[in-house]
Amino acid sequence: MALTADVTSADAAAAEEGQAASTSLLRYLARKAAWYLGALVVAIVLNFLLPRLIPGNPVDAIVSSLGRGGVEGSQLRAIHEHYVHEFGLDKPMWQQFLIYLGNLAHGNLGTSFAQSPASVSDLIAQALPWSIALQLPAILIGWIVGNGLGAIAAYRGGWFDRGAFLGSLFTSSMPYYCLAILLLYLLAVAIPVLPPTGGYSFGNVPELSGAFVADALTHYWLPFLSLVLVFVGGQAVGMRSMAVYELGSDYVNYGRGLGLRDRTLVRYIFRNAMLPQVTGLALSIGTLVGGALITEIVFSYPGVGTLLFTAISQNDYPVVAGLTLLIAVAVLVANFCVEIAYGVIDPRIRAANRGER
Amino acid sequence: MTRFTPRFYVAAAIVAAVLLFGVLGPLVFSGHELGTVVGGLYDHPSGRLWLGTDNIGHDVFTNLMYGTRTSLVIGLVAGALATLIGVVVGTLAGYRGGALEEALMGVTNVILAIPSIVVLILISIALGTRSTVAMAVVLGVTSWPWTARAVRAQAASVRTREHLDVARLSGAGTMSLICYDVVPYMLSYLCMAFVLQVSSAVLNEAALSMLGLGPSGGVSLGIMLHWALAWESVRTGAWWAFVPPTLLLTLLAFALLMLQSSLDEVFNPRLRRFLRRRRPAATPTAEAA
Repeated sequence: MALTADVTSADAAAAEEGQAASTSLLRYLARKAAWYLGALVVAIVLNFLLPRLIPGNPVDAIVSSLGRGGVEGSQLRAIHEHYVHEFGLDKPMWQQFLIYLGNLAHGNLGTSFAQSPASVSDLIAQALPWSIALQLPAILIGWIVGNGLGAIAAYRGGWFDRGAFLGSLFTSSMPYYCLAILLLYLLAVAIPVLPPTGGYSFGNVPELSGAFVADALTHYWLPFLSLVLVFVGGQAVGMRSMAVYELGSDYVNYGRGLGLRDRTLVRYIFRNAMLPQVTGLALSIGTLVGGALITEIVFSYPGVGTLLFTAISQNDYPVVAGLTLLIAVAVLVANFCVEIAYGVIDPRIRAANRGER
Repeated sequence: MTRFTPRFYVAAAIVAAVLLFGVLGPLVFSGHELGTVVGGLYDHPSGRLWLGTDNIGHDVFTNLMYGTRTSLVIGLVAGALATLIGVVVGTLAGYRGGALEEALMGVTNVILAIPSIVVLILISIALGTRSTVAMAVVLGVTSWPWTARAVRAQAASVRTREHLDVARLSGAGTMSLICYDVVPYMLSYLCMAFVLQVSSAVLNEAALSMLGLGPSGGVSLGIMLHWALAWESVRTGAWWAFVPPTLLLTLLAFALLMLQSSLDEVFNPRLRRFLRRRRPAATPTAEAA
């Protein structure tokens, strides 16, 4: 009798604990969602507000620069009124904000100043695939090679470790655009083996043909190389220090004392060392859009960075604001996904939420 | 006390050399005025013009000295400002705790979540014309959050130490507690945070300048690169226009990082002992492999 009572109470306690775990996970997710929603709102408000704080307003600025270009006075006034009306600058601020939000909800980021009939979303849609095609392979390959290199360096030790570590430290602490400039000069100008500029040869039209892809690939190597070297360096340094730390930890010594085989130990070590590296991968995928702005400028690669550069030099505020919003949203979404994955995967975070630690 | 490693001396020497170049360079090598035309488009380096001329015929060497100065001023001012804000916010949050901590850390985390390059681009555009100091302030007020977060963790751990109870019993006020009993315990950490902030401010300034949002009217390392890229110096082989600022930026960034990590070794004795101990532990596996 007493025994069964004990069993049922234990069952009940276990069930309760399970329920508590799932509600605490839900609470964790809700709290994180609230934080990121808050950050998103701040980002949107900044994107709305800051371009409108330009002395005068963006329309005045663009029209006065047109005026310097020798456009007639009456024409200027017509352009001015057209823009003021289109951007709703004649309405009070709160109405402008509501209109802005409504447009955002429809994916409408406005019209470009400099390339006037083109909408901002179209311009971004043209540039974005180039940036993604450049960065995604660079991030993935850099991540795999870098982690392998770092792990081997920590494991082997000796001169290999020193060489790999110093090399990685150098490429990862070097500003990425400096590496890009030096590579461009070395491999395209001093020893001209690769084409120096653009995403494809001048006069070629983007299309899905073998010739175009081959041409685009030769232009791809230099920017790709400059990004991959930096990623490999950063990942290798991180992985090496994690693996070295794990190699010296108590559970490894204990495992050795128990006579565990090396392969088993290595598996334990890498499983532990991988967690921050996986986070790093997810976060760098979040910076995909805005991570290599200047690399693209250096190589005149037709991606987001070059679009931003020309937009800034032409005072094309709608394009700039659209791009900054896109960069911010990409980073926020990636960070949010990482936090969610962590809440689900890492038992320590769940425990912390239940107040056990 | 602690002993400095050779790495520290090398890093400190490089940083000092760059500082001297930026501060004293323009006084020592005053051959050419900043902003005067001394040659044509990308003249080759010569005995008179050590690093040739840039796209508008200005002396590159003179630009380099003043550019280094501007970059350093921006880095130091922005780094100091960011560290200061970070320390104030972090210690207040960590030491006081409660609702104040929740509020301050909430703001910090929200700012931390938004990529700083976005805020930098938007503010720089809104400013229209940007002086050197304005750039430094913008870089400073956008980069303090991670310092604040780290300082908060440190302050919260210092808060529970016993010497604070003694100070409280002898009637010290909150301000004096924070200034004399909490902050000194974090000084070593603050040194390193400052070095990191300076390096990231220098690099961010260069990145912004290359996007075309640099300090208006002046010359900085990033602005030199901006013009060198815009005027095709890389593709025409005019290496003297872009190699010097690139190398100087790389050198400075590398030296500052090295300085930070060697300071870490000096201040954090656990790291040193750990370094010595792990070598023999790592070798058996190496042999087995």
